[in-house]
Amino acid sequence: MNAALKAAQTALNAIILGKEAQLKLALTCLVARGHLLIEDIPGVGKTTLALALARVLGLDFQRVQFTSDLLPADILGVSIYEQASSSFRFHPGPVFAQIMLADEVNRASPKTQSALLEAMEERQVTAEGETRRLPEPFFVIATQNPAHQIGTFPLPESQLDRFLMRLSLGYPPIVAERALLMERDRRDLLSEITPSLRPAELLDLQAQAREVKTAPALIDYILALLRATREHAGLRQGLSPRAGLSLRRAAQAFALIDGRSAVIPEDVQAVFVACVGHRLLPATEADGGAPTAEEILVGVAIP
Amino acid sequence: MIDYLPHRTLLRLLVVLMLVTAPHLPRLPLWESAAIALIVLWRAVASSRQWALPPQALKLALAIAAFVGVYASFGRITGQNAGVALLVLMVALKLTEMRSRRDVMVVMFLMYFLLVTHFLNSQEIWTIAYLFVSVIAITAVLVDAHHPGEPLPLRQSVHMGGRMIVHALPVMLLFFVLFPRIPGPLWGLPNDAGPPRSGLSDSMSPGDISQLMLSSEVAFRVRFEGPAPSKDQQYWRGPVFSDFNGRTWRQSSADLLDRSPPTVEAIDPVRIRYELTLEPMRSRWLFALDVPDPRALPPDSRIERSGALVVDRLITERRLVRGVSAPRYRLDPVLDDEDRERTTFVPEESNPRTAELALQWRDGGMDDEAIVNAALRMFRDEPFFYTLEPPRLGRHAADEFLFDTRRGFCEHYSSAFAVLMREAGVPARVVTGYQGMEANDFGDYFVVRQSDAHAWNEVWLEGRGWIRIDPTAMVHPSRIEQSTLAVMESLSRRGEGLDEFQRLRYMLEDQWDAINARWNEWVLGYGPEMQARFLELFGLADTQRMLLALTIGVCGSLALIGLIAMRRSSPPRITERALLLWRDATRRLARFGYAQRPDEGPRDFVQRVIGREPELADPLGIVLDAYLRLRYAGESSAALERDFALALKRIRRPSAR
Repeated sequence: MNAALKAAQTALNAIILGKEAQLKLALTCLVARGHLLIEDIPGVGKTTLALALARVLGLDFQRVQFTSDLLPADILGVSIYEQASSSFRFHPGPVFAQIMLADEVNRASPKTQSALLEAMEERQVTAEGETRRLPEPFFVIATQNPAHQIGTFPLPESQLDRFLMRLSLGYPPIVAERALLMERDRRDLLSEITPSLRPAELLDLQAQAREVKTAPALIDYILALLRATREHAGLRQGLSPRAGLSLRRAAQAFALIDGRSAVIPEDVQAVFVACVGHRLLPATEADGGAPTAEEILVGVAIP
Repeated sequence: MIDYLPHRTLLRLLVVLMLVTAPHLPRLPLWESAAIALIVLWRAVASSRQWALPPQALKLALAIAAFVGVYASFGRITGQNAGVALLVLMVALKLTEMRSRRDVMVVMFLMYFLLVTHFLNSQEIWTIAYLFVSVIAITAVLVDAHHPGEPLPLRQSVHMGGRMIVHALPVMLLFFVLFPRIPGPLWGLPNDAGPPRSGLSDSMSPGDISQLMLSSEVAFRVRFEGPAPSKDQQYWRGPVFSDFNGRTWRQSSADLLDRSPPTVEAIDPVRIRYELTLEPMRSRWLFALDVPDPRALPPDSRIERSGALVVDRLITERRLVRGVSAPRYRLDPVLDDEDRERTTFVPEESNPRTAELALQWRDGGMDDEAIVNAALRMFRDEPFFYTLEPPRLGRHAADEFLFDTRRGFCEHYSSAFAVLMREAGVPARVVTGYQGMEANDFGDYFVVRQSDAHAWNEVWLEGRGWIRIDPTAMVHPSRIEQSTLAVMESLSRRGEGLDEFQRLRYMLEDQWDAINARWNEWVLGYGPEMQARFLELFGLADTQRMLLALTIGVCGSLALIGLIAMRRSSPPRITERALLLWRDATRRLARFGYAQRPDEGPRDFVQRVIGREPELADPLGIVLDAYLRLRYAGESSAALERDFALALKRIRRPSAR
């Protein structure tokens, strides 16, 4: 077990109280080189989580509040004429940070959304005819508020697919909330965190995660899960092969964080809901007949 | 009325019914064929328009009319032809009351039964192929009839029917080979099965026929042990005519009634052994090569007074005859007075000119042999022509032929020659049968066709018995008429006059004949004898053992089929050692009340159990570790498996608390 990872986890748990599972998944998502979508009401610590992750991992951080008048250039950057050198110079946008928090991503226009999502997928930005690579590691945490959808542009399915995981933080447990209320401000604590990992170590971890073994028996399990979503009458369409690949990638990262060199079914189960929940499309408008990711998981036997 | 079957399935059934009855139609009276077609047509329309089925009284009337009609046409309602006609008509009438599932099934099974009746008429390869197709078609409709709702696509039901039949083939073959054979023909034919089909007849009246129809149909096939006989020995003896009334030759009643055999003396020990496969010609003659050895007769046969090999029952089945003949022989070296009188008899005042010629030769001091030679010389030297289209002859047929027309075929020559001999006082008779044969290049056998039917003579000479004389052969080949030559060439399937196309055709026909011959020999000829010989190879000669083998064979093949079906539907076998051991572990734990949920991962399961049964922590920890490493980490080590197996044994029932 990587000591640095353990330390990172401990530090994160000290900031966000009572959310070990979610924090582990968020870390998993990062190690699996995926982007994270947090769907939750305001004030449960989304931004704090993003900040804490950046601090713990020693990554530089940018936050963009998405609004309906946000333009692609506000994210990607813009070229400005400089009198001194009498030439255009590119001013990189917030996307050129190692961790970018896109707050309330569904408030921006589809054009801006897609500019961000393309950058996420390609890990590069093409602006004014020049292609620029984004920093390594590059990690986007987007948040959206499920309760107030009026005046928003919900992310289309194809865009949702770009996020490796979707998490909800939810209200903290009573004990945690008590501590939260009684102790110091979390933001103050944040500034005291020392990075547990260097960016190079994170890149190394990401490489290790890709090497975690997935035995044929485990692949059979993933296939069975995929098939179950495709054959389920309550779903408009099943999971895509990309979803299958994501699932494997996330399970590998999860196993690595757990200190194992091979994926076991429990790893797949641990990441399944987060990986798959936002990719399942109910067959009817009324959600009644559609199964949740948890129900799919319970219905599939491990081969 | 709503049909039990969907409209499309019903139409398929009607089509298959027509397919099954079609081969019978040419043998049925015209009114019956028309009636069947009408009923089928009516049924198709009735189904689509949902007409009511006819009332009871009408159906009864139709059934009675069917019986009356068949009786009127055949003069009986049983027997092969009448019985089949009645059956076909009744199946068609069944359509008028086909209402429920039961009726449909009855029609189906009647169709299967109808198939069997085709064997009464033909057992050729083509028939088998046709019936094979038919049985698949019926089975396909049977599949359709059992398919609720929408009918299956045609391809699918035919595929399914075909597969069922193909699956049944091994059992069919097994039964064919092993089922006890009944002595006698498999498809015994009743006696109304039709007229003789031979190129020979019971009597001979030269001059009545102005045009001889020749058929290339096979009379028999023959295979020799050793070399084939030469051309001048290829005489196959059939009916012998000794009675003559001036116009017509007949078999002598004395020959027929006297069941004592003639005296046959072989001159030397040379024997020709052969196997002759006789087509069913509905005659009694076995057409032995002249002259059959009386000491080696085929079973059930005898030599008639006239020297011909016969059986007592008409031959209605293809028959294998193993014959032995002596090519050089003396037949009846002693002729009694009665026979001499009979074979020299000619009616007074018939053929006066022939009588005059004979008298002239006799008065010229010629002996019997010289007279025979003189007659043959006459045929050879004088302008006698061979033709298949001879002029008709009047009352004195021999006179007209010998002195006026001089054109004819074997009947004319043999008849005229016999009359001439008898007028001269030389005992003579007409022998009919087949002459010649033709090798099949694709089998080691020879074919004798109906067109090889021939008539020749025998004269009795002192000390030498009956001598074969073939006056027709005296005609010089240049005196065969052109048109006749062409016909003969095409019949003999050889010669210069054939073009490429004909050659190819004859070659293919020969090949087909060879296939047929094998079919006849091995399939149709598979009777009790051959079965006994075949089964002896496996030590199954007696019936008891054979039935045992049959039972074992059928049960064994059914069991095999079942086993294969079971294997196909059972889940794949687990070969992975780790999984086997893990199954063992979970089964043990299940006995203690800890069942693994299907969706429960191994680690979660083990932790759940350990949480409740801490004393199992140690062995279960080893088991889990070994299982995860073997199954999910891709490790393979015998030591790990051994640890796994050892830890497994330490999973014991937790002590009761």
